Amino acid sequence: MPTPTDRRYTKEHEWVRVENDLGTVGITDYAQDQLGDIVYLDLPSPGTQVKQMEKLGEIESVKAVSELYSPISGEVVEVNQEVIDRPELVNQSPYDEGWLVRVRLADTAEVDNLLTPERYDQYVAQAQET
Amino acid sequence: MTLPYIANTAADRQAMLNAIGVASVEELFADIPAEFRVDGLNLPSALSEPELVRDLSSLAASNRPVDSMPCFLGGGAYRHFIPSVVGEVIGRSEYATAYTPYQAEISQGTLQTAFEFQSMVCELTAMDVANAGMYDGASALAEACLMAAGVTGRRRIAVLSTVHPHHQAVVRTYAFGRDLAVDVLPPDGLALSGEHACLAVQQPDFFGYLQPDIEALEKTAHEAGALFIVSVDPISLGLFQPPGEYGADVVIGEGQSLGSPLSFGGPYLGLFACRQQYLRHMPGRIVGRTVDAQGRTGYVLTLQTREQHIRRERATSNICTSQQLVALAATVYLAAMGRQGLRQVAELCYHKAHYAAQRIAHLSGYSLPFDGLFFKEFVVRCPQPPSEVNRALLERGIIGGLDVSQHVENGLLLCVTEMNTRQEIDRLVEALAEIGGSG
Amino acid sequence: MKSGPRQPDIGARLTFDLSKPGRRACSLPACDVPAAELPERLLRRELSLPELSQVDVVRYFLALSRLNYSVDSGFYPLGSCTMKYNPKVHEELARLAGFTGLHPLQPSETAQGALALMYDLQRWLAEITGLDAVGLAPAAGAQGELTGILMVKAYLADRGEDGRTRVLVPDSAHGTNPATAAMAGFEVISVASDRQGNTDMQALASALDDGVAALMLTLPNTLGLFDPNAGRIADMLHDKGALLYGDGANLNALLGRARFGDMGFDVVHMNMHKTFSTPHGGGGPGSGPVAVKSHLAPYLPTPVVEKDDDRFALATPERSIGRVGLFYGQFGVLVRAYAYLRSLGDEGLRQVSENAVLNANYILARLRQAYHLPYDRRCMHEVVFSGSRQRAKGVRTWDIAKRLIDYGFHPPTVYFPLIADEALMIEPTETESKEALDAFCEALLAIDREAEEEPQVVKESPHTAPVGRLDEATAARRPVLRWRREAGDGS
Repeated sequence: MPTPTDRRYTKEHEWVRVENDLGTVGITDYAQDQLGDIVYLDLPSPGTQVKQMEKLGEIESVKAVSELYSPISGEVVEVNQEVIDRPELVNQSPYDEGWLVRVRLADTAEVDNLLTPERYDQYVAQAQET
Repeated sequence: MTLPYIANTAADRQAMLNAIGVASVEELFADIPAEFRVDGLNLPSALSEPELVRDLSSLAASNRPVDSMPCFLGGGAYRHFIPSVVGEVIGRSEYATAYTPYQAEISQGTLQTAFEFQSMVCELTAMDVANAGMYDGASALAEACLMAAGVTGRRRIAVLSTVHPHHQAVVRTYAFGRDLAVDVLPPDGLALSGEHACLAVQQPDFFGYLQPDIEALEKTAHEAGALFIVSVDPISLGLFQPPGEYGADVVIGEGQSLGSPLSFGGPYLGLFACRQQYLRHMPGRIVGRTVDAQGRTGYVLTLQTREQHIRRERATSNICTSQQLVALAATVYLAAMGRQGLRQVAELCYHKAHYAAQRIAHLSGYSLPFDGLFFKEFVVRCPQPPSEVNRALLERGIIGGLDVSQHVENGLLLCVTEMNTRQEIDRLVEALAEIGGSG
Repeated sequence: MKSGPRQPDIGARLTFDLSKPGRRACSLPACDVPAAELPERLLRRELSLPELSQVDVVRYFLALSRLNYSVDSGFYPLGSCTMKYNPKVHEELARLAGFTGLHPLQPSETAQGALALMYDLQRWLAEITGLDAVGLAPAAGAQGELTGILMVKAYLADRGEDGRTRVLVPDSAHGTNPATAAMAGFEVISVASDRQGNTDMQALASALDDGVAALMLTLPNTLGLFDPNAGRIADMLHDKGALLYGDGANLNALLGRARFGDMGFDVVHMNMHKTFSTPHGGGGPGSGPVAVKSHLAPYLPTPVVEKDDDRFALATPERSIGRVGLFYGQFGVLVRAYAYLRSLGDEGLRQVSENAVLNANYILARLRQAYHLPYDRRCMHEVVFSGSRQRAKGVRTWDIAKRLIDYGFHPPTVYFPLIADEALMIEPTETESKEALDAFCEALLAIDREAEEEPQVVKESPHTAPVGRLDEATAARRPVLRWRREAGDGS
């Protein structure tokens, strides 16, 4: 699955797509593949304040738990109820239907701290070599 | 000497050493520094099988088990009838010599019976979900209190003073670990604060009595934002209203009564059930139902991300057992007793205990200090210290009750189950009359 | 092609589904006393337990038992679990009425045999571990761990050392170690292993300061390796005022060879169901006694058994951490462990460790050409391989495990310890014969060839088990955790 070019990435394999001051957050195709069948998501409720690269929530596969980090700071304004009910959406459509939360950005300049799609691809390629 | 449990012959061992490429077994222990090697332990010499049978039979024979004389002792461990089918099933080595069902395809026996167990505990308690079992009722209560602290983020545990003292003690031990405060509160004038994570009560209580107003306790807990934890005697649930119907958030119980012998206090079984919303906070193993690629129904360990082997220091508990074989005994027991059998056992306990209480209450010098409703245990106030009464009963070939004089002046806690015949009860009454000086 | 009727879906029918109103599986006596009045208001209205005949009950549970693999059915090399054979005579002895019929609260003069047994077991376990005192109360290994770490906490608190808030745990440790330390209120600090699979002494030195309460060390460790620095590690900890906790899960390798106490451990837990051959029961009951040096003895959980002249009695140690269970531990399990020790004696124990270690090293020697050995040295009672070579061929360790089922074996522990990639952790135990080990090794070698020649067969295995690979993802996503009456199924 090609890495979409309309968003930015973290080294923890989250993505954010920013439209105006609203950021949609999810995990990458590489991340969902590494995790395997995703069975449960623990996401913050709307109104929660999150900080860039601090814990956003947890994602569980059958035999692993991983922390999710927020790519940007701000307030959670929406949680994807569809993925709560059907966590497999994250496996099936990590960049689209499998988004996790929407965050109202506190500081749009923070986006510059994140990886571009090209840099993210390089990062993943390196990770796979070692 | 060749041990019967070791198959390798001298020739086998030599062939294996050759394959490994070492001259002696000692070389395989080379990583142990010489200063720490030991040669010979101070242990008794080995016994052959017939000698072993003699040794243990003689130890067993020097005990006086409850089957050898009438017994009216309860206090958390109960003598109930165990149908033969229970022993037959748990004696099967297919169940007894398997381990944790990590490989579901060859563990369906263990997994499906665990699912049965969870289902039966849910039915019995009228709760949404149950785990596959815990060490005993006391540790299940302690784990329930820790869970409540985790759910609420609060750091005080409230336990009613009529909860079994040993259960209270185990709660204190576990609370010490998590640095939680434990408040033991009397039922009268009960008040909780906003710092309390839970209110733990026992039904029937340690003294055998049903809570006079369980709804009020539930209300007190919930108004304080605390979880309402109820500890039950599962046999009593054959007769009485289940905790799910009076607002319990967590129900725990001692499952020994369900098909396990007294066995000097263990192995017993912790029952643990809760409301759906607390599922992911629940300690212990959980089995779920699913299918294979061909659509055949099967069972697996599930929601394992709560557990220590995955979540490590952030696990809901460090427990990694479900007391499986004892839970299987409970499952077979409940299947064998069934809907009518459990009710009948509970009714027999109730009627016999009331018969005994009424007769004892009529003896001069004896009285019933509490007027509440009881199930199979009740407190008698004796004319002498209960320790003396018990000693005198033992001289007459009867195991008496539990001395609760620390809690009730000259209080003796007596237990009567379906295993006590009318004749035994009458013998007890006559003996008590004699001991009390009115016989 | 199979002919004949389609096999029934055993898993789809629970006792609840077989139930028919009015059936009974056992009989109870009629009430021989006058009935008392029942409190109508408090009675339950509905109790949906199944109603079965005795034949139904027996057939149902026997049919299910046949779906289990067990030690009595075959080789069960589940690493770190010590699945040794469980002697039958112990079962018979543990069921003697003189043991099973004892009420825990009956007068101690009527239970002297049981107390004597516990007393001797305490002494023998102290001798085996080289420690001073033993408590039998913990119900399982994990509860033994919790007991041990709580004793450390109470001991340090009494010495005014409350500032020690951290427990060190090697990265090779079983998950119960960090979970236990957290339950005891400690912060968990992971300590790396070095390339030989031992504790990284530099990592340990840098993690060790005045805030450390204890290190939890499994010996031999979960790689099946004896850490030759164990004694030095004890000294390092003691120099800093911290204690050394021993996880005795792998004690089988050390029986009669080396003792925790001699190496400087302060507290150790043991697993009766592993080392001392008590049946694992499908996941309990276990039993997890703790053994301690004399400075921790006053903190043992209550009760311990003491001897005064010729009489045995239960006692509470002076600074006891309190109760960890309802009564005195898993007595029925202790009877079996006692019987095991009594039948082995000192010489028998040495034969156990000798053959356990020999068997593991034999497997190591036979499989090392085909399977990668991430820590290439002699092992103790178990050997950890990596399935990395097979993974390169597209077959995961998980697939190898499932394929072993088709060859008639229980798979080893897989994906643990975490520090070995695609881990296969094999513990043969001493009770297996060379022939059994050879057959098992042949199977793993055959699977390695299959991974090359017909990987699909491996990846779709097992083919011969009662059910195929089960859908664990759906089980976790939409949990079905209990039987429920289906709509319209109101029979």
